[in-house]
Amino acid sequence: MNKIEAIDVNFFYGKFHALKDINMQIEERTVVAFIGPSGCGKSTFLRLFNRMNDLIPDTHLHGQILIDNQDIYQKGVAVDELRKSVGMVFQRPNPFPKSIFENVAYGLRVNGVKDESFIRQRVEETLKGAALWDEVKDKLKQSAFALSGGQQQRLCIARAMAISPSILLMDEPASALDPISTAKVEELIRQLKKDYTVIIVTHNMQQAARVSDKTAYFYLGEMIEYGETKRIFTNPEKESTQRYITGRFG
Amino acid sequence: MRKPFERIIERLFACSGYITSVVIILIVVFLFREAFGLFKSPAVEEGYTIALNKNNKVSEDQFHAQTLKLVFDSEITNWSKLGGKDEEILLFRLDDITNYYSEDELGSDLENVPVCINRLVDSMPGIIAFIPKLYVASNFKGRLIEDVAITPADFLAGKEWYPTSTPSAQFGLLPLITGTLWVSLFAILFALPFGLAVSIYMAEIAPMKIRNIMKPMIELLAGIPSVVYGFFGLVVIVPFIQKIFHLPVGESGLAGSLVLAIMALPTIITVSEDAIRNCPRSMREASLALGASHWQTINRVVLPHSFSGITSAIVLGIGRAIGETMAVLMVTGNAAVIPTSLLEPLRTIPATIAAELGEAPAGGAHYQALFMLGVVLFFITLTINLAVERITKQQKS
Repeated sequence: MNKIEAIDVNFFYGKFHALKDINMQIEERTVVAFIGPSGCGKSTFLRLFNRMNDLIPDTHLHGQILIDNQDIYQKGVAVDELRKSVGMVFQRPNPFPKSIFENVAYGLRVNGVKDESFIRQRVEETLKGAALWDEVKDKLKQSAFALSGGQQQRLCIARAMAISPSILLMDEPASALDPISTAKVEELIRQLKKDYTVIIVTHNMQQAARVSDKTAYFYLGEMIEYGETKRIFTNPEKESTQRYITGRFG
Repeated sequence: MRKPFERIIERLFACSGYITSVVIILIVVFLFREAFGLFKSPAVEEGYTIALNKNNKVSEDQFHAQTLKLVFDSEITNWSKLGGKDEEILLFRLDDITNYYSEDELGSDLENVPVCINRLVDSMPGIIAFIPKLYVASNFKGRLIEDVAITPADFLAGKEWYPTSTPSAQFGLLPLITGTLWVSLFAILFALPFGLAVSIYMAEIAPMKIRNIMKPMIELLAGIPSVVYGFFGLVVIVPFIQKIFHLPVGESGLAGSLVLAIMALPTIITVSEDAIRNCPRSMREASLALGASHWQTINRVVLPHSFSGITSAIVLGIGRAIGETMAVLMVTGNAAVIPTSLLEPLRTIPATIAAELGEAPAGGAHYQALFMLGVVLFFITLTINLAVERITKQQKS
């Protein structure tokens, strides 16, 4: 069953045509990687799924984006509700200026959860899910800024998971991390597949190959190729894809 | 050729740094030196002295500025209050001499005055006389209270600021410092909610176009000379307050607070708006991506993140309010009394310095007292600055 469907998506920043006629289906509980050179539109496309681009003035979208067969750009869609079911992890770790505990609890609190014992339980679960619990269980009250970059990023993943979204969007989640932290985050992404539909934007092709089931290659606002990761990396149909993944891109 | 040139430039820059630091230190040293002379100045007016009957055993420590004032205002009427015998206090000023002696006895050129005073003080056990030193006879039989200096307690705990009072000028800090804190406190109470609201509106809610018009306008407010604010306050706010509250005079703490609030607004708005805008976009996005509404994001993420910036905005505002002179001087009515309500006239420390320095003879007690006020002001602002630094540091760690 398709979790996400993009139909004839065109996106504009002012007059700039950033995404051109993109059609894509993403199945439930898979990891999809978006790859492509900088400025190709992959992050822009990712940010359409939780309507993050709404925050940028003077942008507009033609076409449809369906999540669970609902057009999320239809009039009357509550954006905050949508964002509860579509979590997002950003390129740089961006914890709030709060304690570790409150960072994870934030999503629950803003959504009106008052039951403290439930919040405590959920924080523990998600921190365990993000493989961070053992490292922080004794310092939940400390500021999140005291954590290392890799820990902060896993905290941000835990934060996104705490409100139980069904989709997780990850915008280059490991680009600011060292190799060990990256390995931990990648391992986590493979785990997440069991419960979530994960879309990950990455510059690192090995990473895409390691974690994803399907890969989409973007170039200059167009989706050049989309298919099984193994096939994209071993036997791409398009020459442009071939050149990019072998690093002969120029 | 380039190296020596660069070195000269570097030296010049270093010199500027040293000169600035030295000038600042010199100013502070000057301030303190002038101020601390106050505690060596006599509590009794220059050229005068206090004389008692020789059998009066009240300790010399009792005769400091505040008690002298109370005695000569007839608020203390019995020596027992000052630890002496149970005896009525008899006040004697030079003018009173005609009550005791006829003009003939005093002599046509008043040449017998010292003798008369000597006799009078010797014969009246309860007397306290405030007389010019000139008229103290060489064989004076009474007890002279000399070398009584103004004490720190007179200054810090004095409830009256009355520099022209005789026999002892009153340099009490309390009415002035309470006046200063009172207007500043209310100025901030008025300016803070309003300023914060405006800065949140400009940083978070207003469309770019409106913000681009508003921000320069508010910054323009900061460039208006304070005397213009004072004038505005005097002509508009003061009569308005007088009318609304049916007061005999509109000059009041409230007028001062309002003018100061208007003056502190641009500082508060621009500094806190910058702090709010400095909150990284990634943090806002993180909050919105978790399903938080715009308002929740402002309230729970943006404002806590800009807490230290907003704090410094508040403190800069307070600093502006406490140090402001001209505008306050014009609208507060300049009554040096401890304020009990916002609708009464009061007087602040800077306004006192500005108003009185011109009429205080250099080097005199009054002049030194004004410098002491400067020292107090210096410490207030220093404390505020240190507090801010502390808060911002805590926030960062």
